[in-house]
Amino acid sequence: MIIKETYPVKADDMTCAGDVSARIKRHMKRLGIPSSIMRRVSVCTYEAEINLVIHSDGGQIDFEISEDRILVRARDVGPGIPDIDKAMTEGWSTASNEVRNMGFGAGMGLPNMKRNADDFHISSVVGEGTDISMIFNI
Amino acid sequence: MTIQEIATVLDAKWLSCPEEGQREISTAFASDMMSDVLACVTEDTLLLTGLVNSQSVRTCEMLDVPCVVFVRDKEPLGDALALAREIGLPALKTPYTMFEACARLYMAGLRPVELG
Repeated sequence: MIIKETYPVKADDMTCAGDVSARIKRHMKRLGIPSSIMRRVSVCTYEAEINLVIHSDGGQIDFEISEDRILVRARDVGPGIPDIDKAMTEGWSTASNEVRNMGFGAGMGLPNMKRNADDFHISSVVGEGTDISMIFNI
Repeated sequence: MTIQEIATVLDAKWLSCPEEGQREISTAFASDMMSDVLACVTEDTLLLTGLVNSQSVRTCEMLDVPCVVFVRDKEPLGDALALAREIGLPALKTPYTMFEACARLYMAGLRPVELG
């Protein structure tokens, strides 16, 4: 294991949304991760972080780099997702108008994460929270 | 075309990092929805947007977008501009609407991103 970090993410704080993703990107740059992989990891981390801010009651992002892969795991406490298949459909979103005015909530986040990760797993319990794991092969 | 040429075509004002003027860009994407930008931009692409908060700049940082243009003379919010300067992102503002800015850049040779 080269790096293993956990970052808390606060709910409803759009001014700080993206700070964790920026720190993770700086780690990857320092380690010389190829730019094409770094871009995919950054997109997924940022999408996950935004989701934690706008949909959850708070959570955390775990980030691990080993010799041959990168793991990003976003876990939250919150309302959970009642219908994951529907949530994975492009354009489907429960985001508020306020969130849309901030440039998000187009219903592209989860499908975009799945598209960019080499392995994507999501589980959710209504009333408890959501757990997303993404693996990127180096 | 270079960012300086883009600035000229758009009659744009530099807001940050004018020293990057000779950097070459060949594609552009225009949207106020960062969700769409994150889903569609996969290469070094100019972003045109009317979204002036810091998330427009964060999105550029995540995607390695080499330049952002704010349309209709919209001023980015203070934290957005500070972030652009911190990460070395060239930012411009143009008096033109999104439509006219896109049309001018297309006529000048910029092309859309290829959607996968």
